[in-house]
Amino acid sequence: MTLSPSRLLLWLTVLLLGGPVLAGLIGVVAGAMGHVPGLQSVKPASEVWGAVWNWPGIGRSVAISFWTGLLAALISLVSATVIMAGWSGTRSFARFRLWLAPFLAVPHAAAAFGIAFLIAPSGWIARALSPWLTGWDRPPDLLILGDPLGLAMVLGLVVKELPFLLLMMIAALPQAKAAPSMAAVSALGYGRARGWLLAVFPAVYRQIRLPVYVVLAYSMSAVDAALILGPTTPPPLAIVILRWAADPDLSLRALASAGALVQLGLVLVALLLWRLAEIAAAQLGRSLAESGQRGGERGVEIAGAMLAAAAGKFLMVGLAILALWSVAGAWSFPAFFPETLTDRIWASHGVALLETSTTTLLLALAVVALALALALGSLEAKPSRRLLTALIYLPLIVPQVTFLPGLQAAFLKLGLGSGALPVGLMHLVFVLPYLLLVLADPFNALDLRYRTVASGLGLSPARQFLRLRLPLLLTPIAGAVAVGMAVSIGQYLPTLLAGGGRLPTLTTEALALAAGGDRRVIGAYGLAQAMAALAPFALALALPRIVWRNRRGMLHG
Amino acid sequence: MRLAYTLAAALAAPQASLAANPVDWPSVLSEARGQTVYWNAWGGSEATNAFIGWVGDRVEADYGVSLVHVKLSDTADAVSRVLAERAAGIDEGGAIDLIWINGANFAAMKSEGLLFGPFAESLPNWAFVDGEGKTLTTDFTVPTEGYESPWAMAQVVFMRETADLPDAPRSAAEILDWAAAHPGRFTYPQPPDFLGTTFLKQMLVDLTDDPAALSAAPESDAAYEAVTASLWVYLDALTPHLWRSGRAYPATGPAQLQLIYDNEIDLAISFSPGEATAAIANGLLPETVRTSVLDKGTIGNASFVAIPYNANAPAGAMVVADFLLSPEAQLRAQDPAILGYGTVLDMAKLPAADRAAFDALDLGIATLSPAELGAAQPEPHPDWMTRIAADWQRRYGAGL
Repeated sequence: MTLSPSRLLLWLTVLLLGGPVLAGLIGVVAGAMGHVPGLQSVKPASEVWGAVWNWPGIGRSVAISFWTGLLAALISLVSATVIMAGWSGTRSFARFRLWLAPFLAVPHAAAAFGIAFLIAPSGWIARALSPWLTGWDRPPDLLILGDPLGLAMVLGLVVKELPFLLLMMIAALPQAKAAPSMAAVSALGYGRARGWLLAVFPAVYRQIRLPVYVVLAYSMSAVDAALILGPTTPPPLAIVILRWAADPDLSLRALASAGALVQLGLVLVALLLWRLAEIAAAQLGRSLAESGQRGGERGVEIAGAMLAAAAGKFLMVGLAILALWSVAGAWSFPAFFPETLTDRIWASHGVALLETSTTTLLLALAVVALALALALGSLEAKPSRRLLTALIYLPLIVPQVTFLPGLQAAFLKLGLGSGALPVGLMHLVFVLPYLLLVLADPFNALDLRYRTVASGLGLSPARQFLRLRLPLLLTPIAGAVAVGMAVSIGQYLPTLLAGGGRLPTLTTEALALAAGGDRRVIGAYGLAQAMAALAPFALALALPRIVWRNRRGMLHG
Repeated sequence: MRLAYTLAAALAAPQASLAANPVDWPSVLSEARGQTVYWNAWGGSEATNAFIGWVGDRVEADYGVSLVHVKLSDTADAVSRVLAERAAGIDEGGAIDLIWINGANFAAMKSEGLLFGPFAESLPNWAFVDGEGKTLTTDFTVPTEGYESPWAMAQVVFMRETADLPDAPRSAAEILDWAAAHPGRFTYPQPPDFLGTTFLKQMLVDLTDDPAALSAAPESDAAYEAVTASLWVYLDALTPHLWRSGRAYPATGPAQLQLIYDNEIDLAISFSPGEATAAIANGLLPETVRTSVLDKGTIGNASFVAIPYNANAPAGAMVVADFLLSPEAQLRAQDPAILGYGTVLDMAKLPAADRAAFDALDLGIATLSPAELGAAQPEPHPDWMTRIAADWQRRYGAGL
């Protein structure tokens, strides 16, 4: 059997995704056994694990991670479903789609910062009501950020995960045959919301199950939102791991590896629970459908519209806060607007921002171009479902904090010390799964008869791909490129570790500056990050409309 | 342009690192010319970043050394990097040439054999350094032995919002009394943040009857418990009166500045006497903030730079370390409008003109004079800090 170009690309994908994850996992397991690379002292595994279980507050940390992750994933999914059920297919929904892109683009840290400044006792909401309503002339001593239940952190996660799930759902609509299903159920006398939930949602969910799992795994091990909004006494497990990995006492690095395995186990247990809940929910849905009830859905429609409107406002408020802080002079409580304005931050950071933005975008473009070729080639080779799932999941489920040092060590051994090449390869490990994730279902759901007809007309596989599948997939490809660029732009730890700090991107600079807590600088860099990730999304939305301006049938949803 | 540059740097073969010998300074200078030094330093302060940028301009002009500031959010990232490089067998041509370091990170790198040197005491400007008056040859009681070169002095001060707290508390007991009378208006960074553990150490030093016991590792568990008992009694009394009743803490020192600025708290600890003045100038603190020390004095230490054992440009790194010790750089660092860091130099060793320039420095509205700061108390042995931080975690950081 000769190796076709697409099989070659598939094997390259397996190598570029599987290799790094395997190298990282080996590092984690070795660390958990007490062998930390580079360290002269070795601890016995029993001592490492004993130290993990005896760490003060570790039980609570594990519980917080578990609870906040499940809650954030559940709220994100339910909200996305309610919005879609109550609102999709309307004209205002088309406009709302345009708002989703920037949501997804705003980096987690900047979004969390925006939320913090909104809901903190000294935040915008409190300022809007003070002192005329509340009587507060100084912020009240209320535990809102870092509450023990982690609710502020859940909010921060939902704000970022909800738009991701919405975009995934929208992308799944054409393949889920949403329009014909809706026509059928409305002919049967069902209203929009109930009809959508009973007829379209099951098909949509089947297509977005993988993204939902990613949301769950991510929410349970998220670092940015946890650092800014999460509880600290004790913090979630991911933060405990991060502390161990960064402690000056180098022997704690073994604990970080052991903690990463605990985190991995936690994610697997949560996925299992989720799967069981899916089965239960399917039963419930079936009995609901068989009951034949109609009506009673006005509530869902209103809720969907309100949720979507609130989400849209949230974005505008968040970006407004970033922009305002970047030009704020004096701005004390309870003033709603800055008392004085200054261009100091933009004047002193403008040139550096422009340079860093260029680096960041060029890097993202190069990574996404390579990832797109690999992803399309791999899908063309029709990998088994199991292989595809493994390729997508491994890099997204293993917590970054501990899988990266092992990978970094492997890169160094290969002579990839610093610079753009190792950073690009590292980004690829996280960008490629998202591309596969976004593209796999649309690709596999392409009607097989296209292939049959094209073959019958004598088109070679390569020409079929270029002339037929590529144009058919233009919309999901454009979306995938935008998602991929946003993922690349948002990478912090991978960029820092692989680049040796010598390739500064918007995110590494923003997080280094954020350590100083200067909200004006965070505002400027957060805004720049959002803008950098925004541009590809705007293009992704516009491109199919421009290319298919004479072929409206090619535009779905 | 930086990308093009970085790409070129990534493709070019690593510079051959000659065995730089600090004793032969002229050869260090000639080797350093044309080298690029990657200085890994905490990037969280606008003022520090600008100062490092200025140092870069100066060493480029005088020595042909080009300096790149790699901005870190945590110094431990640099330690991890060197560790990972050694694990991969990269014993020369490493990515880091210079690290801003002290305390536990230095102790870890030194004991793991990850540092280049000794070099510090061979630097030409070491002649001006105040080796006797300031603790510059030990770092948290760990002897530096020339493996790191000092560049700034730090000493604990308390920043307070004078509009709400006109009279500075002068002891641990006075802080408690005031906090109890004004619940929710005081907090400290959450240990193991270094400033948070510094607060615990400062209170311990202020409360203990036996400060001498702290200069060596605790002799026994019993001795540790006896010495720290008063600290836990104190914290048990203080915690309910803290901001958020001690159920949440600010993550870092800068996060405290934000709390003062938003009028959430009125008192906060700082490890830099000039920080308040610089923060006021940068709009990070209200103009009504002033600083103070405790009657018995406060803890002081120094900031250092160290060179990894596998640095690509050790000669260039030494030139930068030496420049940081020059009267010119030290004067600029001490200027509160720029940085406000204490100098490590001995005024008596300086030429008259340089001394006059230091004397003429306006320290700024919220900075104490050296006389007001008083003599710094020594840092306790690091073992105290490690154990106190762990006990704090158990007592106050693990939830109910």
